[in-house]
Amino acid sequence: MSDFVRIFVRNRGAVVGVVVLALVAVIAATAGVLFPFSPWDMRGAPFSPPGDPDFLLGSDSLGRDVAAGIAYGARVSLLIGAVSTCVAVLIGVTLGAVAGYASGLIDDAIMRFTEFFQTIPSFVLAVVLVAIFSPSLGSIVVAIAIVSWPPVARVIRAEVLSLRSREFVQAAEVLGRSRLSIICREILPNALSPLIVLASLMVASAILLESGLSFLGLGDPNLMSWGFMIGAGRSVIRLAWWMSVFPGVAIFLTVLALNLVGEGLTDALNPRLARRR
Amino acid sequence: MGSARFWRFLAQRLLKMAAMIVAIAVANFLLIHAAPGDPASVMAGEAGAADPQFMAQLRAQFGLDKPLSTQLLIYLGNLLHGDLGMSFRQGRPVAGLIAERLPATLLLTGTAFAFALAMGMLLGALAAQRVGRWADSAITVLALGFFATPIFWVGLMLVLVFSVWLDWLPSFGMNTVGADYTGWAAVADTAQYLVLPALTLGLFYMAVYARLTRASMLEVASQDFVRTARAKGVPEGRILRRHILRNALLPVITYAGIQAGQLIGGSILVETVFAWPGIGRLAFDALLARDYQLLLGVFLCTSVLTVVVNLVTDVVYAWVDPRVEVG
Repeated sequence: MSDFVRIFVRNRGAVVGVVVLALVAVIAATAGVLFPFSPWDMRGAPFSPPGDPDFLLGSDSLGRDVAAGIAYGARVSLLIGAVSTCVAVLIGVTLGAVAGYASGLIDDAIMRFTEFFQTIPSFVLAVVLVAIFSPSLGSIVVAIAIVSWPPVARVIRAEVLSLRSREFVQAAEVLGRSRLSIICREILPNALSPLIVLASLMVASAILLESGLSFLGLGDPNLMSWGFMIGAGRSVIRLAWWMSVFPGVAIFLTVLALNLVGEGLTDALNPRLARRR
Repeated sequence: MGSARFWRFLAQRLLKMAAMIVAIAVANFLLIHAAPGDPASVMAGEAGAADPQFMAQLRAQFGLDKPLSTQLLIYLGNLLHGDLGMSFRQGRPVAGLIAERLPATLLLTGTAFAFALAMGMLLGALAAQRVGRWADSAITVLALGFFATPIFWVGLMLVLVFSVWLDWLPSFGMNTVGADYTGWAAVADTAQYLVLPALTLGLFYMAVYARLTRASMLEVASQDFVRTARAKGVPEGRILRRHILRNALLPVITYAGIQAGQLIGGSILVETVFAWPGIGRLAFDALLARDYQLLLGVFLCTSVLTVVVNLVTDVVYAWVDPRVEVG
């Protein structure tokens, strides 16, 4: 464990990433304290430029506080990123484990299914799914999960295939342990490291996907999200550049942090893989 | 690769592509039927009449009262004839609308792809050459940065800088309205409208390809045959051109080909930001109008395009790299 931490902190980018993520999480958690009002509340004059004592980052076309929107939007992004990644991992692990363990025809069928989902342009599919099933937190999470699970399935399947013939799995089989328990207690813990790296990158892409959907107007209408703010600021960009710039910076920093953490995790979890710097 | 094996490989891949297209069509059909409001109710809404007999009549007319499997067969049959259904909001066949807008999207994505690949490979190769030094760090950071920014935000920022503040380039559309240029003047006119959207779409993928190229070149440069060439005294420039580049760039180009489908997906966002009259914009308009037939027609089209590009990529790769196994 200490080896892992040691290698991780040697990567300065990864440390920066963790700090930024912690900051975002803190802001999201304390949004209610920092801004004890709803981000949808009209708080003053519209189009106030940033630097105002009332509106640190400016106000939008209806006089709503941009800074408050960003703070509450952090909740939405982190929530959707985390939940949709969890669902995608659930789907991917299930299908990947079944494919790897069953092999033969079932494996083939599942792999074709996975290939199908990887071929279709994922953003277009997400747009179609959310449009058809009406935009809401649930439909967005499900849509993002549906376009994100294939890499998980492939990784898990590869792990299952490589570990299936090892002695400790064979020993468990001989002892009469059920397949499910073998998968859960012997195989999956070993597949954890590639999965963790993949998960961090998936949260990043989930946040980007969600922002794209919200920008197009497919976000949950009750949630103030960063993508929605950018979309709302688009038509008045000549008047109020701050409406589009600051939420975008928030997305950029969060996604960048997640990518850096992902790279740090790759290095720390694979010390044998010498990376040329 | 021998001629006969190549044709067999091609036939196999074509078959696979056909199967994929059928699967996409079936999925599309299911999605159309999952969409709220069947065509009959949409039409009745447009006509302003909604009594049950009229709706029943419409349903019978569109074959919506037949069992799902029959409807599926009719749908697939229609597809073979190039009939993608009707856009009820616009009152025109979907296929016609898509055909109208497709060239604009292909122009945009083609340009963006070419830019991303060329610049990406250049920057990646540069970074690999100067690995560990200032240029490498700068390029890596830049790539990481572009990779983390949402495409539509990059577009808006470019509009802000180059259209609003500097007023160098136009911010939306494909050509100057009312100016009716022809010939080369028209090409030059469209070119200036193309710059920002293509840049927006291309920068993200440039970052991807740059990182890929850098990793690929570093890997190839450490392999035995390169060391052998050095030991034989082959000049460094020749090693770079004849040995490293050729082997390192191929995986990047194939990966790029496979990713091309995602590029088409990204064009929805870019075309929306820049009001570029392509199928991405068409999809966005269909979205706003809840015109599901049109939306799913675009979805089908982009998916099929992706599959075709994948096939072309695979075939080119197999043809160029003699080590690729057939089947």
